[in-house]
Amino acid sequence: MRTSEFIAALAADPVPEPIRLGRRIAAALAIGFAASLAIFALLLGPRPDIAAGVNSARFWLKLIDSFAFALPSILLTLRLARPDAKPRALALWLIAPFVLLAAGVVVELMVVPQSEWLSRLVGANAMHCTVTIPTLAAPVLAALIVALRSGAPLHPALTGALAGAASAGAAALIYAPSCPDDSPLFVATWYPLATLICMGVGAIAGRRFLAW
Amino acid sequence: MMRASIAGDEGAYRRLLEDISRSVRAMARAAFARAGAGDADIEDAVQETLLAIHLKRHTWDPGQPLAPWVYAIARHKVVDLLRRRGRRRIEPLENVEEFLAAPEAEDPHALSDARKLLETLAPRQRDIVTSISLDGQSIAATAKRLSMSEVAVRVALHRALKSLGATWRRSIG
Repeated sequence: MRTSEFIAALAADPVPEPIRLGRRIAAALAIGFAASLAIFALLLGPRPDIAAGVNSARFWLKLIDSFAFALPSILLTLRLARPDAKPRALALWLIAPFVLLAAGVVVELMVVPQSEWLSRLVGANAMHCTVTIPTLAAPVLAALIVALRSGAPLHPALTGALAGAASAGAAALIYAPSCPDDSPLFVATWYPLATLICMGVGAIAGRRFLAW
Repeated sequence: MMRASIAGDEGAYRRLLEDISRSVRAMARAAFARAGAGDADIEDAVQETLLAIHLKRHTWDPGQPLAPWVYAIARHKVVDLLRRRGRRRIEPLENVEEFLAAPEAEDPHALSDARKLLETLAPRQRDIVTSISLDGQSIAATAKRLSMSEVAVRVALHRALKSLGATWRRSIG
């Protein structure tokens, strides 16, 4: 077929209802987040000593750090969904939660005696945390991948991985109030592990579903 | 012009696609030469890029310049096509503006895989695409000939183009 003929077919194709990519992704995020919240409310619920937690700086560090990770991941995912993305400046913001967490770890190491380091790191429910975060992240990741299919990412696997990171951030935000382990040593070990699992799944899903 | 096209100005959209096809052809030609690939697949690269631009036009942000968006898609498609054909990866092109500014005449004899791909469509869809692209008929005339409503023809055309895009990805190995 000659290109001019091909163009004629394209030009005759009706204008679709304009897709608002940003809006779709925001909607996906909201739906996924609501689903994760429902799972959380049905299966987990906040921990019994939540009142004690609210008064602890460690508890708030955990929450703020989850948010500081979730926000740039989501914005980056949104940006990577367009082919002419310039993500560099935004990607730098992803360093912030790690700096914050590292500072928390340093303070924790200073205020807690060495004999307790290991028990704080392993915590009460390391396994539970590493399983729950990806479980809560799953609806968010699935919704994001569906929404991203109407985007045009130049790097499908990377975009999928970032969607995974965003979903892990959202899940951590939901899970944190239920997680009895507040020590930064615990958070710095198991939350990133759970996040890596989500990013791996996201990368595979991205490669499979986001290529165009 | 892209704004007018998105708003539904068919003539403007056609002229825009023609401009883009010339730029992309120049770019693809340079990329193919650099990769040591023959000229045979250049029209495929151009058409595949045009189809991607068409199907993904909503990912262009009207607040941003159009050229980098077009170039990003074209480069993605050209690199993809070269890779699928088993040639070595091309280095990124440096002078985008130069390529975008260099219009080139279309080779009237350049046929492409698209015709082969048309065979994979359902008969009705194929009929519609052929009627509009190869025979140059309007939507209205095609609708009349096939005794379909214009809306049905438009929907069928849109589906056909989308499935063409999907088949294209899978078929070229």
